[in-house]
Amino acid sequence: MRAQFVLSEIGIGLRRNLTMTIAVVVTVAISLALFGSGLLIRKQVETMKDFWYDKVEVSVYLCGELSSAPTCGGSAVSDAQRAELEAELRALPQVEEVFYESQQDAYDHFRQQFADSPDLVENVTADVLPESFRVKLADPTQFSVVADAFVDRPGVEEVQDQKALLEGFFSVLNKLQLLALIIAAVQVLAAVLLISNTIRVAAFSRRRETGIMRLVGASNLYIQLPFLLEGVLAGLVGAAFASGALLALKEFLIDRQLRPTFEFTAFVGWDDVLAILPVLFATGALLAGLSSFVTLRRHLRV
Amino acid sequence: MIRLEHVTKTYPASSRPALADVTVEIGKGEFVFLVGSSGSGKSTFLRLLLKEETATAGTVHVADKDVGKLSNWKVPALRRSIGCVFQDFRLLPNKTVFQNVAFALEVIGKSSHTVSTVVPEVLELVGLETKAKRMPDELSGGEQQRVAVARAFVNRPMILLADEPTGNLDPTTSIGIMKLLDRINRTGTTVVMATHDAAIVDSMRRRVVELDDGRVVRDQSRGVYGYGA
Repeated sequence: MRAQFVLSEIGIGLRRNLTMTIAVVVTVAISLALFGSGLLIRKQVETMKDFWYDKVEVSVYLCGELSSAPTCGGSAVSDAQRAELEAELRALPQVEEVFYESQQDAYDHFRQQFADSPDLVENVTADVLPESFRVKLADPTQFSVVADAFVDRPGVEEVQDQKALLEGFFSVLNKLQLLALIIAAVQVLAAVLLISNTIRVAAFSRRRETGIMRLVGASNLYIQLPFLLEGVLAGLVGAAFASGALLALKEFLIDRQLRPTFEFTAFVGWDDVLAILPVLFATGALLAGLSSFVTLRRHLRV
Repeated sequence: MIRLEHVTKTYPASSRPALADVTVEIGKGEFVFLVGSSGSGKSTFLRLLLKEETATAGTVHVADKDVGKLSNWKVPALRRSIGCVFQDFRLLPNKTVFQNVAFALEVIGKSSHTVSTVVPEVLELVGLETKAKRMPDELSGGEQQRVAVARAFVNRPMILLADEPTGNLDPTTSIGIMKLLDRINRTGTTVVMATHDAAIVDSMRRRVVELDDGRVVRDQSRGVYGYGA
């Protein structure tokens, strides 16, 4: 195999079909950028789950003087009830830790949280806030075990899962990811058709050369490799552009816009972005290589 | 070297066979004219030898290989042992004479060392050593056909197929090409030439196989173009 010969054939082919090659590169770049964004969003959801599930707790609110829940019976939780609930919570195997938050603790947190709104703090006193057990689960998905066991118990007003608050947000992200992947799939289809068409035009415009190559007994590999590599090269260039787009997305959108605005949460890191890039290059090369190969089998027969 | 046994070839779109029960044997080093009117099956005969087409029935042997049973990946090896020349030369217009001949070696993976020694030799054989750097459109028809012969012969094939190689050339130029083919034949290369050119066939006095409507109607050593001549 003479590399120089193959390389010069690739160069000739790419130059002859410059406009088509550009179209292929752009389409591949867009589809891979969307595909990469989809992967990045999934990674973001995972990152946030890791970050938040560590922090979420199940709150078991206890009855206060003013509670209207039927399990309260119109009176505040008794010391005996509180001690029994705490013992049982600690006994559950799914439970990792239990903190008790008294009405005064709740009031302190409240004041801290709403320090910016003194009016609100003025109107709230410790005795209107419920006391609660903050339960940390070993596995945050095991919420129902705690909820089922405690929701109907006397002295318990409500069992609340903080994780549920996050689920809504995650479902939005998941839908975004799905959308990106669907658009990517449509673009991939367009890219495959474009590549296949480009290779066909290339094969047609070089039919004189390939005809002679077949006649003098050049192997299929020799005849098809320049076309195949042409496709793969276009795919790789497209992947390079898509990688650039993804890096720009991380730098300009995530790091400069989102991170300062949403300081309370975690975002995907550079290592996550860098891990996606090889996937993009491999997908680009494979996509272009396969569609070229299939086209060549139909249009450059022995 | 070449053996066809009861070969029939029917193209899918046609009910009449292009070749019907053809049996011909061509020995090593022979020079054979394939004559007959247009559509008599001469081109199909040549295409079968190259495995551009596969026989509908019968067997085709080239260089002791059953061409019909040859797997696809062995076809290039078959074609390397056969050189081809056509009426329309089929040169690459954007390559020089040298590059056109070298192309045939490059695409079968020969080293650049081989190319730079073998190509000048074969250009000298066809008498074009001084025109190596010319482009095909700067050459006369006869010279272009010489380049095509050089390209067909550069890999020293055992068989040279020529499909109406003088069809686009004037009689004087044609004689030059025939002398060249004769010289190649004398190196031991089997030459099969399909032609309409009665004058050439008559003057060469070589074996003649005549096809008519896909059948061999005459096979004569030292023959002439027509019956009457």
